[in-house]
Amino acid sequence: MSTTLLVVQILNGLQLGVLLFLIAAGLTLVFGVMDFINLAHGVQYMLGAYFAVAFYGLTGSFVAALLLALAAALVFGLLIEAVVVRRLYGRDHLDHVIATFGIILFLNSGVKYVWGAAPLSLPVPEALTGSVALAPGLLYPVWRLVIIGSGLAVALLLYVLVSHTRIGMLVRAGASNAEMVSALGVDIRRLFTIVFGFGAMLAGFAGIMIAPILSVEPGMGDTILILAFVVIVIGGIGSIRGAFVAALLIGLVDTLGRSFAVDVLRLVMSPSAARTVGPALASMLIYLLMAVVLWVRPSGLFPAKGR
Amino acid sequence: MHTPGEMQSAAPAAAEEGAPAPRRRRAVVLPALLFAGLALLPAAALALSAGYMLDLFTRVMIFSVAALSLDLLIGYAALVTFGQAAFLGLGAYAVGILAAHGITDALVSLPVALAVSGLFALLTGLVCLRTKGVYFIMITLAFGQMAFFTAASLAPYGGDDGLTLADRNTVAGLPLFDSPLAFYYVVLACLVGAYLMCRTLVASRFGRVLRGAKDNPVRMTTLGFRVYHFQLVAYVIAGMLSGLAGFLLGNATEFVSPAYMSWQRSGELIIMVLLGGMGTLHGAILGAATFLLLEEWLSAFTEHWKMIFGPFLVLIVVFVRGGLIGIGAAVGRRLFRG
Repeated sequence: MSTTLLVVQILNGLQLGVLLFLIAAGLTLVFGVMDFINLAHGVQYMLGAYFAVAFYGLTGSFVAALLLALAAALVFGLLIEAVVVRRLYGRDHLDHVIATFGIILFLNSGVKYVWGAAPLSLPVPEALTGSVALAPGLLYPVWRLVIIGSGLAVALLLYVLVSHTRIGMLVRAGASNAEMVSALGVDIRRLFTIVFGFGAMLAGFAGIMIAPILSVEPGMGDTILILAFVVIVIGGIGSIRGAFVAALLIGLVDTLGRSFAVDVLRLVMSPSAARTVGPALASMLIYLLMAVVLWVRPSGLFPAKGR
Repeated sequence: MHTPGEMQSAAPAAAEEGAPAPRRRRAVVLPALLFAGLALLPAAALALSAGYMLDLFTRVMIFSVAALSLDLLIGYAALVTFGQAAFLGLGAYAVGILAAHGITDALVSLPVALAVSGLFALLTGLVCLRTKGVYFIMITLAFGQMAFFTAASLAPYGGDDGLTLADRNTVAGLPLFDSPLAFYYVVLACLVGAYLMCRTLVASRFGRVLRGAKDNPVRMTTLGFRVYHFQLVAYVIAGMLSGLAGFLLGNATEFVSPAYMSWQRSGELIIMVLLGGMGTLHGAILGAATFLLLEEWLSAFTEHWKMIFGPFLVLIVVFVRGGLIGIGAAVGRRLFRG
C-alpha cells in the first residue's frame, strides 16, 4: 500500500468521522439530557439531504438551499418534538423505540411518496468543485475537505457552547442530573425542546453536506443511525467529548478496515480466502471494537458523570 | 438511567402477583381461544377457497414463535435485545447450508439449527449480560450485525443475494412439509409447544428468580441467586426458540438470506412483542399476528402503507399502555365495573 493511498484513506476516514460526529452529537445530547432514545434521528439526516435538494431546485443557489434546509430541519425537529416526543419523556425506553420506529416508517415512506423512490443528487457548489493537490501526486476533492473543515468548526462551536455558556452549563447539568436541575427552577421542558431541535438541525446539516457526494434516497438514514449509536455507546452516553473521539475512531477504523483488510489478511492467508474474509471482517470491525470497549468499560470511554 | 423504566415495569408485575380471579382466567381463556382459532383456520380457508390464508398464517405463527422467545427476555427478564433476528437467520441458514450439501432431512437440520443458535446465544450472552440497560441493547445489536455481515459474506452460499432451497426438508424421509396443510399443523404444534414451555418456565422457580431479578437484581443477588447464570440460561433458551422459528421460516419460504438477520427485523420483533403487550406470552402471538396481518392488509391498499402503519405505532405507544392486551384489559375493567 502506498503512502498516498494511506493519506487519502485517512482523510476519507476523517470525513466519515466528522459526519458521524454531527449526527452523534445530537443523539448523545438527547439521550444524555432527556434519557430519550431517538431512533428517528437518522431520518432527520435524510430529511436534511432531501430539503437541500428541494430548495436547490427552487432557488438554484447552494448557499440559499443550505440555509433554508437548515431552517426546515430545525422546524421539523421541533415539530416532531411537539407532536410525539414530548408525550414520551419519562416513559419506558421501549416506548421510545416503538414510537420513533413508527416515525422512521412514516418518513421513509413519506419521502418516497413526495420525491419518488429513485435516488436524487445535489451538485457540488461551483466554486468548490474539483480537487486540490495536498502534496505532489496527492489530489483530494475540495468538497470533502470542506466537510471535514465545517465538521471540525461545528465541533469547536459545540465545545464553546457546552463548556462556556449558560445554556451549555444547563445541558451539562441536565446530563448528569435532570431532576436536580428542574428542582433548581430551570424550565427543563424548554431546555429539552431546544436541545432536541438543535440536535435535529445538526443531523440535517450532516445530511445537507453529504448530499453532493452521496445519492439522496429513502432509507439513507438507517445505516448511519446504527453507526451513530455505536459512536455514542463507545464514547459514553451524554458525553460530547466522547462522541467526538469515538466518531473519529469509528470513521478511521471503518474506512481503513474496508480499504486494507484484504491486503493485511493476505499476509496470513491465501489470496482467495483473504478476498472472502476481508470484506466481512471489515464490515464487522467497528462492532467488534464496540464489543471490546464495552467488555473493558461497560459505560463507554467517557461516561458522563453522575450515572 | 434505566431506573425509571424498571420502576414502571415493576408496577404491572406486582399487580399480576395479586391478580384477581378474572385476570387469571383471562390468561387461560385468551390463549385457548387463540389456538382454537388457529386450529380451525384451515377449514375456513378451505371453505372460502382462500389458499393464500394458509401461507399467511403459517408465517404469522412462525414469527409468533420468535416473538414468544423475545417476550421471555423482554417481558420476564427485562433483557431488551436488539439482535434476536440473528437467531432467526442462524436457524434458517442451518437449513439452507445443510441443503446445499445434500442434507435435507429435518431430523438432522432441526437439531443442527437448535445447536447452532444455542451456541451463538451462549457465547454472545456471556459477553452481553455483563452490560446493563441501553448498553445491553447496543451490544446485542452489535452481535446481530456481526452475524448479518458474516451471512452476507458467505459467497459459496449466495452472499448478499441469499440461497434458494430446492425443496422443503423431509421428516425421516417423508415429504411431510410439502403439503401446505400438514406444514401448517406442524408449525401450529411448534407454536403451542413453545407457548406451553414458556408458560411452564415463567411459572417455575426459575421463572420467579428471573422476574425477581427484573424488578430488583440486587435483592436477588443478596438472596443468594447468581442472577447472571439465570439470565444466561434464559438467553440461550430464547435463542434456541428463535432458531426453531428460523428453521421453520427457511422451510416455509424455501429461501434463506441475510435480510432475515437485519437490525430492522430485530426491531420488528420487538414491536410485535410490545404491540401485543409484553410480559404476557400470548400478547406476543397477538402482536405478531396484528403486525403481519396489518402489513398484508395495508400493503394491498397502497404501496405507501408504512405512512399509515408508522403513525399507528406512535398512537399505540402514546395512548395505550400494555399493548393490545392492555386495551382489552382496560375495556374489560370498564365493562365489569359499569
